[in-house]
Amino acid sequence: MVTEHPLLELRGVSKSFGSVHALNDVDFVARAGEVMALVGDNGAGKSTLIKCIAGIHPMDDGEILYEGQPVSISGPRDAAKLGIEVVYQDLALCDNLDVVQNMFLGRETHDRFQRLKEPPMELKAAQTLASLRVTTIRSTRQTVATLSGGQRQSVAVARAVMWNSRLVILDEPTAALGVAQTEQVLELVNRLAEQGLGVILISHNLHDIFETATWITVLRLGRNAGLFERTKTTQEEVVHAITAGQPTKVSGIAGTQAGTQ
Amino acid sequence: MTEAALEGEQQEEFDSLVSRLGANIRSGNLGPWPVIIALGLVVLVFSQTAQNFFTPANFTNIITQMAGTCLIAYGVVFVLLIGEIDLSVAFVSGVAGVVVAEAQLPTGLNLPWFVCVFLALLATTLIGVFQGSVIALIGVPSFVVTLAGYEIWQGVILRSITQGVIVIQDNKINDFSNYLFSDTAGWIMAAVVTVAYSGGMLASAFEGRRHGVPIRDPQLLALKVIVVPIVSFVTVWILNKDRGVPLGLLLVVGGLVVLTFLAKRTTFGRHVYAVGGNAEAARRAGINVARIRIAVFALAGAMSGLGGIVLAARLNSVDLNAGGGTLLIDAIAAAVIGGTSLFGGRGEVRNALIGATLIATVSNGMFILGYSTGTIFLVTGGILLLAVTFDTVVRRLQVRSGR
Repeated sequence: MVTEHPLLELRGVSKSFGSVHALNDVDFVARAGEVMALVGDNGAGKSTLIKCIAGIHPMDDGEILYEGQPVSISGPRDAAKLGIEVVYQDLALCDNLDVVQNMFLGRETHDRFQRLKEPPMELKAAQTLASLRVTTIRSTRQTVATLSGGQRQSVAVARAVMWNSRLVILDEPTAALGVAQTEQVLELVNRLAEQGLGVILISHNLHDIFETATWITVLRLGRNAGLFERTKTTQEEVVHAITAGQPTKVSGIAGTQAGTQ
Repeated sequence: MTEAALEGEQQEEFDSLVSRLGANIRSGNLGPWPVIIALGLVVLVFSQTAQNFFTPANFTNIITQMAGTCLIAYGVVFVLLIGEIDLSVAFVSGVAGVVVAEAQLPTGLNLPWFVCVFLALLATTLIGVFQGSVIALIGVPSFVVTLAGYEIWQGVILRSITQGVIVIQDNKINDFSNYLFSDTAGWIMAAVVTVAYSGGMLASAFEGRRHGVPIRDPQLLALKVIVVPIVSFVTVWILNKDRGVPLGLLLVVGGLVVLTFLAKRTTFGRHVYAVGGNAEAARRAGINVARIRIAVFALAGAMSGLGGIVLAARLNSVDLNAGGGTLLIDAIAAAVIGGTSLFGGRGEVRNALIGATLIATVSNGMFILGYSTGTIFLVTGGILLLAVTFDTVVRRLQVRSGR
């Protein structure tokens, strides 16, 4: 399509759990400054694909290109090093820790003796929340257990963008939110893309997707079932691909990816 | 952050202490207060009813009685923080006693005291590493692994002490429980605690302010900075009325300081809490969960070892009962009664000290009053049940006050 290398490209990714083929020869592309929506029914393999990118599950087969370079991601730290951050559906927050502690979890600021430096962490957390215009959290020293669903989502997103990340993956970010909070998060998604980050948005909600996405990748039963450009497609077309789409890529035959009619 | 936001945050600090106390009570986050109040009541009741309870000599007694248990319980707190259990701590502490006693035997190895102590701590730490590895790397539940350890280390103790008892003749080792500091040394310790604690608290508060983080709960800070020195000077004053500060107390306080620092101010401690709160989240954040688990069990082994040395020193010997009796229950109960959650992620090192003090005080007072061991068990068991029930209810409250 374009000569410039996409930020992230997956080619022929497969992943099985025992006898279950969660992913079967899946291709996927995400570009900087764009929102790539990843949709599919339950069990289509969306979460598995994300976990492969994040280094949670090692993939069985296939390759990952980052800015055109083949990379191997064998753990969350590898992904973080590349600037890939994931906001999980279950948010992966520690309820017993406070907002700052959660935002810096695993990457605490410390001195040579592993002593924590709380003040800089607290300030940076507050700045990040402010830059995302998250105003509902009263104190960054509240434990996450005391926060509402929307606030928890804000913390998780803020944690993801705090690390000069280049690719942010959001797994069902609006699933548990009310109308106003959903709007805030979608605004946030658009803002991330405007700032030049690559965004991968997983959602069941086509309304959300048509409000934010640049591209839409459809998975069905662990296979590619379509790649649509948002401005050139309709919700009906995407729904059809989700529920009854045929695999758009047949193993061994290159170039069958295209997808749109 | 904008000026306005900073302003707002500072505004919020002033209504803090009272409103936060209210919020904490509503959400069930009471900290150690219920146990401290219970301890106060127990002391009050016994001082009215039990003869010679409220005396400096008995105060020294209670401290030396609980020192070993308390040190073991410190390790248990860390194990509970990651949501696991260690049932082997008591007999592991017994192993430390055996190692020390065997190593110092004038007719045997006849090693200098510090080598004996080092060997004992090394042995128990390695036991912890071993058990922790089986738990963390293979995934066997800690309950089962440490239950097996409970039997295995008891077996080791029984097999090692063929003569029934080993007397510890090295007085340097016996000093671990029995050494009493001079009055002056005691006062110096209280002064050091005061300067270090108050200085440290104020320094970190002002360090934060220098970075633009406002001081939270200035009243609470002031209270702590005043109360802790008072407690330490009063303690030394009472102990000096008897024979002086026992070394056991120094170990207990030193352990409290070092381990609290480890838990609260280091990345390791932060990761321990994270693993206990949500191990999956910790893993996704890139924390090596297995390594944390192994390190925690190693720490529990080391603290059991130190506690075991103190316990052996108190008797000047180890016998077939080393690590037996109520030691295991007391150590775990101390951590839990003090407010450490069995569900992981909630608790502090000081809980062990408060819990161990409560247990030691209750059994000491009831013993003076002439109650049988059976009755004492009934009461301490009841307290344990109460504490765990309380923890469970509190946990439910917290979940409700959340989402």
